[in-house]
Amino acid sequence: MQESLICLYTIARRETTRIFRIWVQTLVPPVITMTLYFIVFGTFIGSQLSGINGFEYMAFIAPGLIMMSIITNSYTNTVSSFFSTKFQKNIEEMLVSPTPNWVIVLGFVSGGVVRGLSVGFLVSMVSLIFIRLPLYSIVITSLFAFLTSFVFALAGMINGIFAKKFDDISIIPTFVITPLTYLGGVFYSISLLPDFWQMISKANPIIYMIDGFRYGFLGIADMSVMTGLGMLIFFAVVLFSINIYLLKKGIGIRT
Amino acid sequence: MNALSIKDLRKRYNSGLEALNGITLDVKEGEFFGLLGPNGAGKTTTIGIITSLVTKTDGKVTVFGIDIDVDFSAAKRMIGVVPQEFNFSIFEKVEDIVCQQAGYYGIGRDQAAASSEKYLRQLGLWEKRRTTARELSGGMKRRLMIARGLVHEPRLLILDEPTAGVDVELRRGMWDFLEKLNRKGRTIILTTHYLEEAERLCSRIAIISDGRIIENASKRELLKKLDKETFVLDVRDSNREIAPLEKVSFLAVDETTLEATITKGQSLNLVFEHLGRHGIEVDSMRSKTNRLEEIFMGMVE
Repeated sequence: MQESLICLYTIARRETTRIFRIWVQTLVPPVITMTLYFIVFGTFIGSQLSGINGFEYMAFIAPGLIMMSIITNSYTNTVSSFFSTKFQKNIEEMLVSPTPNWVIVLGFVSGGVVRGLSVGFLVSMVSLIFIRLPLYSIVITSLFAFLTSFVFALAGMINGIFAKKFDDISIIPTFVITPLTYLGGVFYSISLLPDFWQMISKANPIIYMIDGFRYGFLGIADMSVMTGLGMLIFFAVVLFSINIYLLKKGIGIRT
Repeated sequence: MNALSIKDLRKRYNSGLEALNGITLDVKEGEFFGLLGPNGAGKTTTIGIITSLVTKTDGKVTVFGIDIDVDFSAAKRMIGVVPQEFNFSIFEKVEDIVCQQAGYYGIGRDQAAASSEKYLRQLGLWEKRRTTARELSGGMKRRLMIARGLVHEPRLLILDEPTAGVDVELRRGMWDFLEKLNRKGRTIILTTHYLEEAERLCSRIAIISDGRIIENASKRELLKKLDKETFVLDVRDSNREIAPLEKVSFLAVDETTLEATITKGQSLNLVFEHLGRHGIEVDSMRSKTNRLEEIFMGMVE
């Protein structure tokens, strides 16, 4: 077990070092993008709108924007790091060693979590320039932030395992994650939607993550927070198991 | 004890290509074993299976008695591999690459740092330890891969074309290093295209062709099979008529170069005497091709 922990520390350290070594590529762009969201949607457009559920529009969208950056960066980090490791063939360094598959998965995912939470923290700091954001429950906020980044890092790893070329690592973020995030209640409360669209929206898992995270800040939620947490734990277990299965089968990494 | 034992190993790729057609071979502990064969013969596939990068279709592989199907992790601890292609992150520093590899084997930072220092010094890379891998020359990159393959002190070191693209001086330095390692008891398996390298280093050689082992013998036994050898003689005047000599054929290449193909059993002294009788003085001589190369070409052609 101690050997496995050393392996895990080695991969996690390598992944984390990479994030901070190329911080101009990994940390700065999402912070700039989110700052623009705060300026355009929060200050310019938000000032024209009435509040939602008793909060200023800027305060309402801030948790959603932070969560959006956590989701995108956790996913992107793992998919790009795993794919480039595969592309450069240095995944072989791990494969020829006795490193267990669960350690490889957790090692890469830890990088995604570190980047997701780092960007989330930086975006939270930026949001304070624009709005005094309340913090209703630090425990709920932290749980949702951690579990969401964990789930999306695991999803990114699956994408990285299947990816054969660089195009393959941007298809899912562009055509699946971004639309689901935008339609996941970042900019609006789903209680404002007609019944039919509320029902459709509830099939989008990201809405539970954003809603639960927002609850941690504002203390208001459209959905059950416990359902959101349960869903995150369920997705974490399923995606982790899929990753282990894929590595065991050697899909995309062994011939 | 066998360091490596392979029984009826087969690999069929999804494309239908039969890369290995039932390979069987044993490598004894402490041996310097050469696995030779033309491109696409199955050498790298064999190494891939031993190191888990390729999934076998059938057959059995044991490393120091450990069946890879039963406990691959334990078997992997015994193996160090130096692949043909550079497969480290070019953006990382030399010492990080080597220490990380130790970490993948569960070796703590202090021990990893000590082992890394030992091999980087031995391979002349210690001064470059804080250099990123992309700044290294081709020869340095090859040596880095050897240091990385050794950092966890494996009992069996597998080298897949370790000196490809390395200049002669550096290659000889690497040969000395590998010979020292082997003398200290480390089992080494080498694939190479340089037959001179195999002849110098390996005590036992297997030749693989079309996914089958077509020869597996000690170097001494293998070289005994060579029944003819061609020597290039630098002479004063090769244009003189030379009477035939039993078991020897002569070919004048130019005015000062003569080739003598000598069948096993014929004495070199008689050849020199024969040439002397015809007024041909020999200044120097060398073997036309590497002896192992002649055997190899005869087998795979």
